[in-house]
Amino acid sequence: MLCGNYEKGLMEKILVLNPDWCKGCGICAAFCPKDALEMIQGKVSLKENNQCILCGLCEQRCPDYAIFVSDSGK
Amino acid sequence: MIKTSDLVFRTMRIDHLPHIWCPGCGNGILMRDVAAAIDNLKLRQEKVVIVSGIGCSSRAAGYLDFNTIHTTHGRAIPFATGIKLASPELEVIVITGDGDCTAIGGNHLIHAARRNIEITVIVFNNNIYGMTGGQYSPTTPAGEWGTTAPYGNIDRQFDIPQLAADAGASYTARGTAYHTQQTIKAIQDGIAHPGFSLIDCYSPCPTYYGRKNKKGSAVDMMKYQRDHGVPAEQYAKLSDEEKTDKFIVGKLSQNEYPGYTQLYQQLIERSQERSQKKVYL
Repeated sequence: MLCGNYEKGLMEKILVLNPDWCKGCGICAAFCPKDALEMIQGKVSLKENNQCILCGLCEQRCPDYAIFVSDSGK
Repeated sequence: MIKTSDLVFRTMRIDHLPHIWCPGCGNGILMRDVAAAIDNLKLRQEKVVIVSGIGCSSRAAGYLDFNTIHTTHGRAIPFATGIKLASPELEVIVITGDGDCTAIGGNHLIHAARRNIEITVIVFNNNIYGMTGGQYSPTTPAGEWGTTAPYGNIDRQFDIPQLAADAGASYTARGTAYHTQQTIKAIQDGIAHPGFSLIDCYSPCPTYYGRKNKKGSAVDMMKYQRDHGVPAEQYAKLSDEEKTDKFIVGKLSQNEYPGYTQLYQQLIERSQERSQKKVYL
């Protein structure tokens, strides 16, 4: 999942979602400052119009560690 | 390959994840805060001991990848006291719940605070006994409901940091699952503080506390924390009326009392000196 800054070559960071660990509580989507996430069939996913700014607030508030910003691009 | 962040990979046993806590439970967020605080302080893995009692919160000892010990109900603090006295160079962190800490282990909490032993107690406070089915705990607010309070709870609730501070704890703070940055900082300061430190962290329990008291979903409970938790400076400016439904997030009290292992070491040195004098007399 490539996001804004990655495309511009400013930062080699990406948002990674792990649906296997997601329990669908919706906390990440509710507190996303750019409203970039949505819940589809009880799992988190990135909205079509990619608004993510890689702030990492979802990573801090995900109780299941199912969403995070990765430096390495793994 | 398991997809997980570097922090989780470094500090947790990822073969045990995903954890068994309910969807929306704040304990996962708070466990990450503890891991992040330890990681920020750059403590070595073999120097950290995590001790936990029994309850939802105490599952954390099984997931964190340090020296961990899962003890009996309410007795996490006595185990931690023993570990700290035997090996004062270790960083002992107790993860406990509101019931475990203040009901079953209430006496242990006040006496550890009285001694001011250099351990850090992190309370995952979800206002109810979640694991056993929603019985009211010492932190369930008066007038709210639990499975053992079918007509409403008439008991007043404990203010855990106040209790600890009055018993002699030298650092107390409050965190929430919503205020992650402030909670990480409070835990970090608590670990670094040379004395008994207690961090009371509010954790939403949407399954029992939330459902029983019509608090809505996990998101609604987190929004409540966002709207009612204020920093100490801002809290001081509020009128008495506004203060009734607000609480302070961050440091609450800090004192410089001497630590227990420090005093104990001095006692050992004193008695050794005396015994040596006797031998040479």
